[in-house]
Amino acid sequence: MSAQPIYALYIINKSGGLMYQAEFAEEARKLTMNDHLRLAGTFYGLYAITSNVTPTKGTSTGLQVLETDGFRLQSYQSPTGIVFYLTGHPGRGNYDHLLKQIYQLYADYVLKNPFYELEQPIHCQQFDAALVKLLKEDLK
Amino acid sequence: GGRRARAAGGMVCYNFYVFNREGACLHYAEWERPKPVQDGAGTLEDDHKMMFGLTFSLKNFCTALDPTGSEKANLGAPIPIGTGCHFRSFKTNTYALNYLETPTGIKLILNTSKGTGSLQEAMWVIYRDIFCEFVVKNPLYTPGAPFESPQFTARLDQFVKSL
Repeated sequence: MSAQPIYALYIINKSGGLMYQAEFAEEARKLTMNDHLRLAGTFYGLYAITSNVTPTKGTSTGLQVLETDGFRLQSYQSPTGIVFYLTGHPGRGNYDHLLKQIYQLYADYVLKNPFYELEQPIHCQQFDAALVKLLKEDLK
Repeated sequence: GGRRARAAGGMVCYNFYVFNREGACLHYAEWERPKPVQDGAGTLEDDHKMMFGLTFSLKNFCTALDPTGSEKANLGAPIPIGTGCHFRSFKTNTYALNYLETPTGIKLILNTSKGTGSLQEAMWVIYRDIFCEFVVKNPLYTPGAPFESPQFTARLDQFVKSL
């Protein structure tokens, strides 16, 4: 059984607005929609600053892995600037493969929908269902 | 010449900050900084402010998201010293920032190359065996004030090279 679940997924657009948010485990922190919007904006800012603060020459991405005592966060930025970030149990290994699969699902269910406007909030039942299937049952 | 910290394992240490609970930079050590401060924050002082601000915001962000935290997520409320989620590190594709906040509110930040593995233990060693030993236990040192200490610097360089 999964003792190391994924807690939540967030998708933010190029301006830092929240496009999608969902929880996948009971343990995930319960927050109001307002809180989610604020936190997404905060993360967007943090992502930008961590990219600037790099001591190395050349460009850096924003933070990709964040480790704390209580959870682990991994992010992925698509080539078009959309940022996906997942929070999960700290003991769980790397979830790069999950982020890639989520991006794949986004491309399939959201982008290929002719009525979907880019950068807008996502409301798509099939996308929700596919994510639940991927993230709730993924025990690796 | 100059201070370089290339460990045998290939990990590079870039720089190191100590902040007190008010955000004043107590100590700054730099081994390598390929991207000069002028290209980043501008001045060293702004760089310190940015670092402190970044870790302060990160800690607030983590405390809000932490599933093991207390029930009510109080976004925006000040977090009492010593409480809140302990964030340990983050990595981008070019560097890693390792963080330690002690129960008294002293913050240590160490920027390294990505490498592997967690440096939490190393951060505790820096705090306990180097900062506490050579700075806090110095009877002439005022707690919470900026410091420069040759023994601290020497021990820190030595330790960082051994990582």
